[in-house]
Amino acid sequence: MTTVQNTPDRRIHPQKFTLWVAIGSLIMMFAALTSAYIVKKNQSSWLEFPLPRIFWYSTGVIIISSITIHLALKAFKAREMGRYRQLITVTMLLGLLFLGMQYAGFMDLEARNIALTGPKSNSAASFLLVITGLHMAHVLGGIIALLVIFVRASTSRVKNYSSLPIELISTYWHFVDILWIYLFIFYNWIG
Amino acid sequence: MSNEAVIHSPVEIGAHEEHGEHHHHHETFITKYVFSQDHKMIAKQFLITGMFWAVLGGLMSVLFRLQLGYPDASFPWLETILGKWAKGGHITPEAYYALVTTHGTVLVFFVLTAGLSGTFANFLIPLQVGARDMASPFMNMLSYWFFFAASVVMLSSIFVQTGPFSGGWTAYPPLSALGDASPGSQTGMDLWIVSMALFVVSSLLGGLNYIATILNMRTKGMSMTRLPLTIWALFFTAVLGVLSFPVLFSGFILLIFDRNFGTSFYLSDIFVNGVGALPNEGGSAILYQHLFWFLGHPEVYIILLPAMGMVSEILSVNSRKPIFGYMAMIGSLFAIAVLAFLVWAHHMFVTGLNPLLGSVFVLLTLLIAVPSAIKVFNWLTTLWRGNIRFTPGMMFAIGFVSLFISGGLTGIWLGNSALDIHLHDTYFVIAHFHIVMGVASMFGMFAGIYHWFPKMYGRYLNNTVGYIHFWVTIAGAYMIFWPMHYEGLAGMPRRYYDYSIWESFKQFAELNRFISTVAMIVFAAQLLFLFNFFYSIFKGRKMTSLNPWQSNTLEWTTPLRPGHGNWPGEIPEVHRWAYDYGKDGVDFIPQTTPVGADESHH
Repeated sequence: MTTVQNTPDRRIHPQKFTLWVAIGSLIMMFAALTSAYIVKKNQSSWLEFPLPRIFWYSTGVIIISSITIHLALKAFKAREMGRYRQLITVTMLLGLLFLGMQYAGFMDLEARNIALTGPKSNSAASFLLVITGLHMAHVLGGIIALLVIFVRASTSRVKNYSSLPIELISTYWHFVDILWIYLFIFYNWIG
Repeated sequence: MSNEAVIHSPVEIGAHEEHGEHHHHHETFITKYVFSQDHKMIAKQFLITGMFWAVLGGLMSVLFRLQLGYPDASFPWLETILGKWAKGGHITPEAYYALVTTHGTVLVFFVLTAGLSGTFANFLIPLQVGARDMASPFMNMLSYWFFFAASVVMLSSIFVQTGPFSGGWTAYPPLSALGDASPGSQTGMDLWIVSMALFVVSSLLGGLNYIATILNMRTKGMSMTRLPLTIWALFFTAVLGVLSFPVLFSGFILLIFDRNFGTSFYLSDIFVNGVGALPNEGGSAILYQHLFWFLGHPEVYIILLPAMGMVSEILSVNSRKPIFGYMAMIGSLFAIAVLAFLVWAHHMFVTGLNPLLGSVFVLLTLLIAVPSAIKVFNWLTTLWRGNIRFTPGMMFAIGFVSLFISGGLTGIWLGNSALDIHLHDTYFVIAHFHIVMGVASMFGMFAGIYHWFPKMYGRYLNNTVGYIHFWVTIAGAYMIFWPMHYEGLAGMPRRYYDYSIWESFKQFAELNRFISTVAMIVFAAQLLFLFNFFYSIFKGRKMTSLNPWQSNTLEWTTPLRPGHGNWPGEIPEVHRWAYDYGKDGVDFIPQTTPVGADESHH
């Protein structure tokens, strides 16, 4: 409510806008990597292998986490701070679970003798590691941001009514979610 | 209002509204000069760090020009400063390649990207669009400190035992991917890539802010088509950076995996002397080139566009005429920004690129001549019959136009894939990009410094020293790079250590010595500029008018030394575009002047 008073011209908040441009920038980074993947795939000695099964489940987990962060934002706007804290905790845990599952996926590949790095590795597996790993780093960034606002919501004595931080993080979180869905579809059916 | 929301954290907002105009930040030395969030201070930090690198990078070119100009002479003092890198007063081949590589990296990224757009985007965007500060002052501060960290890492690479990276500023694998490939490929390359990664982060943080500020934080009345061309140019620069640097980053990530984790993205079938055959298979070094040049080509416009924008503004102000073809200027900037993404493979004509694909890139490359010619035409017609004031800033702006024409014309040669077979990797290329991108952008930067120095420091630079600086630099730039065209046409390749042992290139010994001598003189002239700059900060002639160039733009409506927030009261409202010079017989009408009833329409 209070933020509305400060933006009577209804222009988008500059920091929200900045986030959208940053998302454009991240899209370029992943577009570069996935197009490098396609270029590489069309050259010699490309190893075909099925994706780890656990990637299907991790996809489910990250989709659920998008729902929880959306509910967290709604709770914040309704000033239900207890519920808000619960929901961002759940989101963080789901994020961590997602990271663990991706890691388990890598272990699964290694167990199937598909080297991700090192002299025996094939670019197909290395690309999977680099692109997925980079995505994981971005999920980790989101978790850290959530941790920061969680600590703020639990310790700060000053009441903060601005929903800007949680709005920014939830936009980012949805983006990272959609990015993974894109990558998942790309690995399975496009690339 | 969004301006206020940015400078003050949201918590303060409720209490803030009553005393919106008078806020006293309690600034310490640290928050004012070191970890400053004021865009004007950050701009100065970028500028002075850029100057440091310009001196170092320029000095490197003097050192390797010594080798090229005087391959047989020995300079004992070189051993004193370079130690084992100049045994017996001769620069070693390893040191030569390290100098060339570091010169390129530093000048392209640290001086002409961070030093140029870092300085002027930070300084001019909030002042000319009428904003209190950037969209996120904190991110802006981070942008500088990431650049600073990148600088420290790059500087440290010069002092490691195996020397800095020496495989060329483009860092092509395998030299950049294999530590065993050359001494510089070891620790030097690790530091190079860390430094560049930090630099990419810095550029992105800066670029995001510039875009958000220009689009969201313009003052009342400042529509996009009332913006000065500086802001349009800086806007497209930022867009280019934000879309192309991440691609370079992707390329670097794959490179890091190849270097450190044994993957084979770029490596295949390699035999290293002393190590043997490598197990890497299936990689493609060309893939790196694609990723690199997808940034690399927009990068040259990232360097050039800010200079174009500032030159447009300075030419108009000092011709006392509106810029000719304002909308055409914006359109051509836009066209250049779009084409910048579609021409990267013209750097790769000789990599075995499909000739059909090559011809598409030839076409797109030559298309850039159209917006470039529009810009040149508009600059010349702005000067035409103007009431020209030859201030040092104006001299450099005119010099920019001259260099842009000279260097741009050779671009038409190089853009042809057939001619490129002969000219690729020769001194012709060196001459072309140094004139059109390097020296021209330096001229844009100098023009900007001379023009906005009074706003930065409240004093003038010394004009006489400025004129000497200009004439020595422009004459020197042509004397250095003009002869290189002939060397390149004769097939003289770039990056060679010693041409005197080649029958075909022996004839250029005298010419090389001439170029090297001029390079030293021009370098000395830059020291003159540095002296002028630092002396004038403290002792320069004081400003007697708040608007020394009788300019229309908003930055000259601020106080002599604007505080954080730029305007003490309300941000002024804008009523007209930035180029009402000589309109209805009035010399200049600032943007803040309301349109009068008797004014002719523009």
